[in-house]
Amino acid sequence: MNAINIERLTKAFDGKPVFVDLDLVVAQGETVAVLGPSGCGKSTLLRCIAGLERPTGGTARAEGDVGYVFQEPRLLPWLNVEKNVRFAARDDVERARVGGVLGLTGLHDAARLLPKQLSGGMAQRTALARTLVRNPSILLLDEPLAALDALRRMDLQAALASIIATLYATALLVTHDVDEALYLADRIVVLGGSPSRIETELVVPLNARRRRDADLTPERTTLLRALGVEDHLPSFSI
Amino acid sequence: MRIALAWIVPVALLLLWIAAGTFHWVQSYQLATPQGVFEELVSLGSRGLLAKHILASVDRVFTGFGVALALAILVGTIVGLSRTGERLLDPTLQAIRAVPSLAWVPLLLLWMGIGESAKITLIAIGAFFPIYVNLVAGIHGVDRKLVEVAHTLGVRGIALAARVILPATLPSLLVGARIGLTQAWLFLVAAELLAATRGLGFMLTEGQQISRPDEILSAILLLAVFGKLSEMGMRVIEARLTGWTDSFR
Repeated sequence: MNAINIERLTKAFDGKPVFVDLDLVVAQGETVAVLGPSGCGKSTLLRCIAGLERPTGGTARAEGDVGYVFQEPRLLPWLNVEKNVRFAARDDVERARVGGVLGLTGLHDAARLLPKQLSGGMAQRTALARTLVRNPSILLLDEPLAALDALRRMDLQAALASIIATLYATALLVTHDVDEALYLADRIVVLGGSPSRIETELVVPLNARRRRDADLTPERTTLLRALGVEDHLPSFSI
Repeated sequence: MRIALAWIVPVALLLLWIAAGTFHWVQSYQLATPQGVFEELVSLGSRGLLAKHILASVDRVFTGFGVALALAILVGTIVGLSRTGERLLDPTLQAIRAVPSLAWVPLLLLWMGIGESAKITLIAIGAFFPIYVNLVAGIHGVDRKLVEVAHTLGVRGIALAARVILPATLPSLLVGARIGLTQAWLFLVAAELLAATRGLGFMLTEGQQISRPDEILSAILLLAVFGKLSEMGMRVIEARLTGWTDSFR
């Protein structure tokens, strides 16, 4: 049973194709990371699945409750943290979940603060909490940690990993951070070219998943090569 | 220091005004002294006329402004949210807006006579457009990113308007309302200058007809005070309701 089915997906802006006939399947409970240079259509792919963009051709479907986290927190500035989270609740069951989700994301003490009073990390935690209130079975994560500093990011990566595990959720994570992909994903897809296609696909070894101390040098090198980055110092001859 | 700086010009003008009366630089039928204006205000107050004029004007301003606010919110929301509504109504409203509002006066007098309704309609016309224009601009300027968040959460249609777009528009609406209220005072004077038996504008015409500069200046002073008070009131409301905005000042 697949949670996300992408079949022959084509998207063009003003006649210029971003990707053509893209196929990708994400199994239930699987976390897939999409890597690629900027402009390769990573975000567009997620936006097609969420229905924010209409595909030019093909289909992109998610089977289940979808939670979407954007690169920026996108909080409603007139609502405090708790009310922003409550905004996503559809019924009493979900409203009753607000407190728990605030605890899970470490926002209990910030519940009454307005978005303008939050640090970047807290704002992004709020955005995550807003998504979690619905207990989504599928998470679409569009570079959710890209705007954070390195320490904050590692901190939230760990939080994200435990949340995905707790929810038994399927996740499709768009990122440009190779280490983030290796840490969070079960499988990694690299997009590239113009129009984009899947250049490389890599399964993260089972025993290395969600461990910062795992030695993933070969995988890292493969991914960096696919992204067109040479993983050694350039040598100069004098 | 900033407050002290702000007082220099008014105090200097007041001194000049007192000097002009004391040293008879100006004829007394042209310019009253500050003492004269003060005595006129006390005299009007003791005869109960001051309260009568002020109440009549305040009543008209707020009735006209209230009508304008309600209509502008209704029409502005339709035009702002619906493309069809915009195509249907906005060109006409822009055409009406292009007419200098005082040009409606003869028509209003012809249709409604010199009663209250003509005055209130004129005030409402004056106050309507700033509110309407700001509201529509505000709705069109709502951050697309917030609308996308609502879309990913399945919040659409009326729920989207009520929970995202209108709250996001509140700052523009309140700016429009503040300008609209200032306009309402402007059009109040126009309406009362033309046809009224009480009100601050009537004090102006009466003062001119019976050559009483002290009465004219009293009315001007009162208009300044009430204009400023209503603007300050609107600013307090703005600060209360839009404290969430993350702006420079």
